[in-house]
Amino acid sequence: MPKPDDLHFFIDPNRCIGCQSCLHACTECDTHRGESMIHLEYVNRAESVQTVPVVCMHCEQPTCAEVCPADAIKRTSDGVVQSARKPRCIACGNCVVACPFGVPELYEDRKIMMKCDMCYDRSSVGKKPMCATVCPSQALFFGTREEIERLRPQSTPINTFQFGAQTITTQVHMMVPRALATRATYVDVAAAMDEQPRSRAVSLKVIGDPFADVEV
Amino acid sequence: MAQVPVDPIRIIEGFGPHLSAMTGTRLSTSVEPDRLVKTHCCFCGQQCGIQLKVRGNEVIGFEPWEEFPFNHGMLCPKGVKRYLQGAHPDRLTHALRRDPSSPSGFSRLPYGDAIARVAGEIARLQQAHGAGAIAVLSGASLTTEKTYLLGKFARVCLKTPFIDYNGRLCMVSAGAANKKAFGIDRATSPWSDMIGTNVIWVAGSNVAECSPITTNYIWQAREQGAKVIVQDPRITPIARTCDLYLPVKPGRDAALFAGVLQIMIERDWLDHEFIRDCTVGFEQVAEYCREWTLSRTAEVTGVPQRAIMQAAEWWGTAKTSFLLHARGIEHHSNGVQNSLGTINLVLASGRIGKPNSGYGTIVGQANGQGGREHGQKCDQLPGWRDISNPEHRRHIAGVWGIDEKELPGPGVDAYELFRKIDRGEIKGLISICFNPKVSLPDNNFVTRCLEKLEFFAAIDFFLNDTAWHADVVLPGSLHEEDEGTVTQVEGRIIKINKAVDCPGEARQDWRIIQDIAQALGRPHGFAFTEPQEIFEELRVASKGGVADYSGVTYEKVTQQLGVFWPCYSEDPKTGKPISDHQGTPRLFERGSYNPVAKGTGPFYFPDGRARFNVADYRPPVDDGSEEYPIYLTTGRVVSQFLSGTQTRRIGPLVRQYAEPRIEMHPRLAEKLGIADGDWATAETRRGTITLRAQVVTTIRPDTIFIPYHWAGRKSANQLTVAAQDPISKIPQYKVCGCRVRKADAAPDYAAILEPQQ
Repeated sequence: MPKPDDLHFFIDPNRCIGCQSCLHACTECDTHRGESMIHLEYVNRAESVQTVPVVCMHCEQPTCAEVCPADAIKRTSDGVVQSARKPRCIACGNCVVACPFGVPELYEDRKIMMKCDMCYDRSSVGKKPMCATVCPSQALFFGTREEIERLRPQSTPINTFQFGAQTITTQVHMMVPRALATRATYVDVAAAMDEQPRSRAVSLKVIGDPFADVEV
Repeated sequence: MAQVPVDPIRIIEGFGPHLSAMTGTRLSTSVEPDRLVKTHCCFCGQQCGIQLKVRGNEVIGFEPWEEFPFNHGMLCPKGVKRYLQGAHPDRLTHALRRDPSSPSGFSRLPYGDAIARVAGEIARLQQAHGAGAIAVLSGASLTTEKTYLLGKFARVCLKTPFIDYNGRLCMVSAGAANKKAFGIDRATSPWSDMIGTNVIWVAGSNVAECSPITTNYIWQAREQGAKVIVQDPRITPIARTCDLYLPVKPGRDAALFAGVLQIMIERDWLDHEFIRDCTVGFEQVAEYCREWTLSRTAEVTGVPQRAIMQAAEWWGTAKTSFLLHARGIEHHSNGVQNSLGTINLVLASGRIGKPNSGYGTIVGQANGQGGREHGQKCDQLPGWRDISNPEHRRHIAGVWGIDEKELPGPGVDAYELFRKIDRGEIKGLISICFNPKVSLPDNNFVTRCLEKLEFFAAIDFFLNDTAWHADVVLPGSLHEEDEGTVTQVEGRIIKINKAVDCPGEARQDWRIIQDIAQALGRPHGFAFTEPQEIFEELRVASKGGVADYSGVTYEKVTQQLGVFWPCYSEDPKTGKPISDHQGTPRLFERGSYNPVAKGTGPFYFPDGRARFNVADYRPPVDDGSEEYPIYLTTGRVVSQFLSGTQTRRIGPLVRQYAEPRIEMHPRLAEKLGIADGDWATAETRRGTITLRAQVVTTIRPDTIFIPYHWAGRKSANQLTVAAQDPISKIPQYKVCGCRVRKADAAPDYAAILEPQQ
């Protein structure tokens, strides 16, 4: 059964609290118990508590599949890019190197690449993926477009990304603040203690969105 | 004789903490569970609903429980991995006795012999030194049934006034403040009330790490337009994206609240009508606040004037608001005053007892709420009754079938109890669900006290660090091996369901307590055959008290997915029996009736009015000084819980944050010549600790932070001060003077112990 068309995956790094619940829950998935297929990184712990969860973005034209010499990575009709297929995968690691989001991982002991398949065992029967179910801040959200619009009026989903000359469109959406941020996030207590606040505007290029330059 | 029987390293070899891992059926992708058991997490006060996958007599995994209304399937890492505490190599499956000739320091004892030994020692000590020579320490992670039974056991069976619990380290400052201000001690509103509010003020709560599920409520409120104010010496994950961050200096919270209230008074951002009709005492508070000018407040608190002004403006002009606080402002020798300071801000705004407006402390432990209501506290009887109140005593003595004169009076707080052990006044101790050797401040003193005990019996499922000193260890039950109720953060009573049986000779805790009573020849009132019977007695005992559970049944809790107390079996207005009272999700609604105010007003005092209390600022005990110029503050990390007895045994959680580190700002680190990852030594008047430094900008440059979940030489509480709030007796964990230097060398333990040990 395919994943229902109206259910989508949304990532909102602004909400992420770095708790790693998603990673732990991923290891509980019945198809790959003990291994997490997703990632969570501090951007720069020395200067911020900001973390970013990374699940497979399920690209419309998956680079991992394009570079696979064994044709082991398939995208099902519902847009989910599946883990490498066992008899085909030669564990060459091309996909690991090529994925612009850094998602696939090579399991040398088993001679196979494994990656996030949006909990296909769950999402294909209409359930939420494990990570998005447990995420305490709902930085990982799985639901309909109507739900996300109703629940997140302050941000907008984007799914087009630019990596050098490569433009990538994905099934999974990233939430980006709608309005220009009025102030930067808090990163240094010393700055918050100053009577005169310091400006820390950072510009982020967003593609395919009316708010071309979004300050975060 | 409660000396540690052998070299601690030998005890650790025998009893851990070792790490559990996903192996066997827990790793298999083909093994199906026999059944799913709907229950709750065993850790914090959020009490997330969870389904445990059970196969045979083993919990092999979990499945989210999305229908449970508080967390909708959400879980933090502790909840996800909680099941790995079961079938653990360190699990105590038999009774133990202290045995210095055994390599691990303990040897097995048949359960019956162990019970006989405990009863014999209690009888011997009580005969020689009186009933008060025995004390009981209990905990707020136990079900309400067990906490009720323990209070009854101490008073009726042991006839000792000396029982207290680890909630003394946790929620008592908030509890005392609530009692003084509202006459009832509970969060005012369900968390769903936050969605749609204008302002949320989070005072001293690392929400993202200590109560992760609350994060989604706060951020959902922000999506709908709420401004979020966070007051903390550290930029925790909830502070990073908040609208206003108040970088308060540790121990200065009451000053901040007074300064903000002063601005509200000056700008007339007050609800005069509410203050006039529903409160008393505003004038005295206003008088006190007069000295807290903006410049003085900024100077004392370390928060810039612009931020204080902004906070006052947002709070003062909001139409709806929520104020949440936690241990950050409560763990102080001024903890009650700090909590009262927040309540004054709430009362001055009049925003309480309405939809989208509320106030509450975020409880830390599983049963942080229920565990503080039914009598395991030294001055309390069931139903949130007062052990010094003659009428309350008569009611409870009647339920327990004893003469009121036989009922002991108030005991002492958990720390004072150790001072009594030190002075030789208490000679025997029974402990359950408490690990004071790790969790109490200045814990080298606690260790010396444990060594002085003539007899110590510990009930536990793992051999915790305190139980190393025990003469007899009785194997108790894990959360999933018993049933009962707990009351979570919102005041919602929920049902814990049994998933598996106790292994070996381990027993459900309430059975162990009853077995001791039986062996003592004092079985009267300890013949319950299941937790529901205990709950039925608790309903009767709580009836007519402020924490009235009389209308709560297991069936109602299961059907409604929780019941908010008070829940009455008789209409408080007419006295007529009612069976369908749904409970009280929101307190203090205008026009509401409660049995104390009897219609005079919404608050639980005879005049129905809330109390403003002067919440004066006092500098912390053992404050920063020339000799100890840096502030030490302590707290939690998301992957560990309390003293780590459970979470330091769960492999995936330990790997997430394996060992404590000293968090410091790069400015401080540079001054001290310490780089990230260096060994650093922190020293206070009580002790030293050597840990690796973590250099981050997310903490005040005058403050260091150490998480407290570890034991022995890694325990932050070697350093903390045993100063206590004069009213609540909560210890001042959140600040003391300290100095830091680059360590001369790696600590000795580094080569010997695993990270979690």
